Amino acid sequence: MKFTVELIIMNKEGVRDPEGETLQKYVAEKFTSKFLSTRVGKYLRFEVEGSSGEEVVELVKRLANERKLYNPLVHKIEVRVVGQDGGD
Amino acid sequence: MGRTAVIKFPGTTCEVDVYRALLEAGVEAEVVKYRDFDPDKYDAVVLPGGFSYGDYLRAGAIAANTEAVRLVKEMANEGKRVLGICNGFQILVEAGLLEGALLPNLNLRFVSKWVYLRVLRKDTFLTEGIEKDVLYMPIAHAEGRYYHPDEERAKRLAVLAYSNDRGETSQDHNPNGSLLNIASVANEEGNVVGMMPHPERASFKLLSPNSSTDGLLLLRGLAR
Repeated sequence: MKFTVELIIMNKEGVRDPEGETLQKYVAEKFTSKFLSTRVGKYLRFEVEGSSGEEVVELVKRLANERKLYNPLVHKIEVRVVGQDGGD
Repeated sequence: MGRTAVIKFPGTTCEVDVYRALLEAGVEAEVVKYRDFDPDKYDAVVLPGGFSYGDYLRAGAIAANTEAVRLVKEMANEGKRVLGICNGFQILVEAGLLEGALLPNLNLRFVSKWVYLRVLRKDTFLTEGIEKDVLYMPIAHAEGRYYHPDEERAKRLAVLAYSNDRGETSQDHNPNGSLLNIASVANEEGNVVGMMPHPERASFKLLSPNSSTDGLLLLRGLAR
């Protein structure tokens, strides 16, 4: 089966995110005060072959860790399956 | 003293400047493409500045995944000397040869200017025996904000810090938001050094605003 998997890379809490801070200060909170904070990250989308969602999530996590798609010192990641096809 | 390899990745731009400055410093050097790099032929390596692989993902992240950098890591473990300048520093950090991280500048701008640097450590191959305590050379980068989760550890590793001409480090002289004004770090042993400033651009009198050739003082560390 083919899965579509997202990898989102964000700065950890406590590591300043000037892009997010600037967007928050000059755009989001100017739009309406309901925007309380903004964080900017990186978004990667993979199409991955596998037999289950857990398997492909694990594979993407391994890629991210072993090939340093993020730096665990300063970033946190979120991996999630957003689609699949080719299943029975 | 053996030969020094100046490794060029796709997108590296400073290899010839570094090569010329190394010659000026009395270092036997040659530029080698990353795919042709044979570590047994060299005693030292310089990773020059530029924009390897277009700075995709994060500056230095893709080069850090190459076979050439894996070989550089082996050389470093054998105690051979490794210097990363600017993008080269970013590669060394991404590859885990040096601790910490280099994040986008706090003002989100590409910063290009001459800066003063206080020498904090003289137990690295680059700074050993250097008489000056304050150096003058240029920086040019967008991702140079040094970060380390452990401030005490960062203090131990720091080699150069952004300062004024008297060597005083304050936030007024911090061009990118680096922790403790750190511009350069080394490993414990002092055989692997990364620095954001460009010593090769402060190696020729005619090319420096005040005739500074402080870069040569550092690059001679590869000849010692």
